[in-house]
Amino acid sequence: MAEATTYTAKDFVSDQDVRWCPGCGDYSILKQMQSTMAEAGIPKKDIVFVSGIGCSSRFPYYMDTYGIHSIHGRATAMASGLKAARPDLSVWIITGDGDALSIGGNHLIHLLRRNFDVNILLFNNEIYGLTKGQYSPTSPKGQVTKSTPMGSLDHPFNPQALALGADASFVARTMDRDPKHMREILAGANAHKGTSLVEIYQNCNVFNDGAFAVFTDKSSKAESTITLSEGQPMVFGAEEDKGIRLNGMNPEVVSLNDFSKEDLWIHDSSDRMKATILSRIFDNDALAGGLPRPFGIFYQEDRACYEDSMQEQLDKAVSVKGEGDLDMLIRGSHTWVVD
Amino acid sequence: MTKTTEKKKDVTILFAGDSGDGMQLTGSLFTNTNALYGNDISTFPNFPAEIRAPQGTVAGVSGFKLHFASMDIFTPGDDVEVLVAMNAAALKANLSQLKVGGTVIANTSGFDKKNLRLAKYEDESNPLLDDTLDKFRVIEIDVTKMTKEALVNSGLGSKEIDRCKNMYVLGFLLWMYNRSMDTTRKFIEEKFANKEVIKDANLAVLKAGYYFGDTNETFTSRYEVESAHLPPGEYRSIMGNQATALGAIVATKKAGLDLFYGSYPITPASDILHELARHKNYGVKTFQAEDEIAAVCAAIGASYGGALGVTASSGPGIALKGEAIGLAITLEIPLLIINVQRGGPSTGLPTKTEQSDLMQAMYGRNGEAPLVIVSASNPSDCFEAISEAVRLTVEHMTPVMFLSDGFIANGSEPWSFPKASELPEIKPNYAHSEKSLHDGEYLPYKRNADLVREWAIPGMENLQHRVGGLEKDHETGNVSYDPENHELMVKVREEKVQLIAEDIPLQTIAQGEDSGKVLILGWGSTYGAIRTAVRSLIATGESVSQAHLRYINPFPKNLGDLMEGFEKVIIPEINNGQLVHLINAKYGIGAKSFTKIQGMPFTSKEIQEHIIQAL
Repeated sequence: MAEATTYTAKDFVSDQDVRWCPGCGDYSILKQMQSTMAEAGIPKKDIVFVSGIGCSSRFPYYMDTYGIHSIHGRATAMASGLKAARPDLSVWIITGDGDALSIGGNHLIHLLRRNFDVNILLFNNEIYGLTKGQYSPTSPKGQVTKSTPMGSLDHPFNPQALALGADASFVARTMDRDPKHMREILAGANAHKGTSLVEIYQNCNVFNDGAFAVFTDKSSKAESTITLSEGQPMVFGAEEDKGIRLNGMNPEVVSLNDFSKEDLWIHDSSDRMKATILSRIFDNDALAGGLPRPFGIFYQEDRACYEDSMQEQLDKAVSVKGEGDLDMLIRGSHTWVVD
Repeated sequence: MTKTTEKKKDVTILFAGDSGDGMQLTGSLFTNTNALYGNDISTFPNFPAEIRAPQGTVAGVSGFKLHFASMDIFTPGDDVEVLVAMNAAALKANLSQLKVGGTVIANTSGFDKKNLRLAKYEDESNPLLDDTLDKFRVIEIDVTKMTKEALVNSGLGSKEIDRCKNMYVLGFLLWMYNRSMDTTRKFIEEKFANKEVIKDANLAVLKAGYYFGDTNETFTSRYEVESAHLPPGEYRSIMGNQATALGAIVATKKAGLDLFYGSYPITPASDILHELARHKNYGVKTFQAEDEIAAVCAAIGASYGGALGVTASSGPGIALKGEAIGLAITLEIPLLIINVQRGGPSTGLPTKTEQSDLMQAMYGRNGEAPLVIVSASNPSDCFEAISEAVRLTVEHMTPVMFLSDGFIANGSEPWSFPKASELPEIKPNYAHSEKSLHDGEYLPYKRNADLVREWAIPGMENLQHRVGGLEKDHETGNVSYDPENHELMVKVREEKVQLIAEDIPLQTIAQGEDSGKVLILGWGSTYGAIRTAVRSLIATGESVSQAHLRYINPFPKNLGDLMEGFEKVIIPEINNGQLVHLINAKYGIGAKSFTKIQGMPFTSKEIQEHIIQAL
């Protein structure tokens, strides 16, 4: 990437009218992304947004950078080839719960294990919006939708656990209703060298309004969520009077009246085992047990990026065999002459 | 005693044995020796779909057919003259190909009770003992036993000894056809350079086979196929998939681009991936994707980034890539798709050849999605044909499908190769950071006279733009649902492809007069069989000509006129009649179809007989 350039968020606004439904959570994400890119200072000519299909996948049209709005589920595969060919570009994948986890599930896990240096923003609204309201792979079991009038039978995916299972090198969660937190996470994803998976809880106010209300509404947020801070004890609650303690492998909510902060779980995003435990604080049963939903960077590690390893092999081949000579290639090793 | 040498114009040998018997290697080594003698050569391996089908069974038979000659040849031969049968199953599977009076070289220990039972010879009947082979000359050699004896002091185990027996057969054939062991020796010495014992064992067995022919008094005559009068020059042997890979690398370099190859393993296309992966020092990036869809999408991503994205597969994989190919068509970016066709539908006949994906190439996508189609007609032709495919996709900013098939992919022949400097330069139609702006605005879908848009690549200043699979405005590329714009874009994409007819060579007559009674029009791997058949008929004074298509979409612009010169047009195809539909739909000339759908190429005799009937 070239030298840093000075931008404002407005510089990233394209000439296209944004066509999401009024009140959609996508607007907030677009705005935070534009701010984040302005702060990052990467030249616009070196940025590519790649998306699949779905409401969220219209995103690239609204960024004044390079962009491809591709086909359903394949943005991850498209971005892999792009990054392999052009390691110098800043590549962002915009996808949704259906695009990334249903039709594109295979490409997602393979991208994560290969660890191309790209960023994935997974807009999770637990519903199919563009096709007008069918359940998605993240919809809770029993959800009544147009395609599941008696309730969904599917056990939902847990995106964080799935990403960790695929050995993702950066796994984080944020929400549309907390712009400041989202910008922090997006900046973290941008800074991370390797594939960053950012799951964003995004409200679909038309087909699945309030799916995340318990985590986003002022009245319940403090008690139902916890913000992960690196090296900090896990404290939450409106009065900051609660914490999470690890009892062996089991997280439990404790009162700070009974325990001191030193007794609490200290967030360490380099600890894969602890990240796995965090990712498991997920289903509603656990919530009923009082565990708040975590937001922040669950896990990050430094691991070789695919495109770098690929280039190393090319360089090595050149150093061993020399720069390719086309005539030698065509000729091969055995020839004979006909007089 | 003295041994005589009989001269022959051409010989077709079929090496057949268990898939573990090393017949492919034996055939290849014998081929290399003959190539160095200056014979013209054509080969065709034929193997089972299973890696190791049950030993001794007909299903497990692997064959390698070699046709070598002192004249120009174009096919791996119709009838087999010498059949090497390492076991009873190999004989059973291939005897029908042996011509009357031909020779069977049988490994007698492959005809024991167990082998006969596995090959399903009823009631312990043994073809070597009953009248099955009365019409043939039979040379019985206990190859297994002789190999053991040659290696009695080698210290090798019986399994390792058994693996050397193909060298015995090879040694014997080298003697029989008056060839030196030098090339094979050199190969063995290089291959087993670090395995002294194995190297010595193979060399010893090779020699034993050779001297068996030399000293055994049963064999009184040897044969010789003199060198062919090929045009002077330097030659190498090349297989179709290899030529495809090399052609793609060279043409991509000629375009000043980097090659990105995304693919998923599939028979019979995988060898292209293997070949490309060996040439990383040419800047080739190979990516074994998680599936066919990811392979083509990664290639599209690479093309978007300014490389040449290439993907290859066979029919089933191409079906999976269909939606993404449609995307590349509407994005209007370079993408080279290689289809090494095999028998279908569905999984079909993975290791057998067929030309049945032409309609898939032409129409196998949703919507109006015209795809340029270029095909190769023989193994070495893959080099030039794929170079053309690269040129068209890069210079015309539209995906190109390159059609090969299992027959071409695995077949080999001598190739008088070109110099890189003699090959044409390919010129991408790049956008320019200043000159491409119109009143300060970049219009990604503005076109030149050939209706080709510019290639604006991330990293180019001022040209940021968004493309996608939704219908686009004809200039800005922004999403457009305007009814007239959609109709315009559909027509423009089609016209752009048809305009390529102005940028490809006119169709020529491959042999025969420019007009006459019958034109045999072919495409792809039928070239050799048609060429041989038409040559014979022309020699007997028949009014027959041959034209063979490389470009199928668009057709060369003179094709209609060219066909007008003939009373009848016959189109032989290894499918149920596909090109014939395209030709009749476009030109309405009532071309006749001649088909074979057995997973095997035409023999020239089949085509010749069909033409005679038609005359």
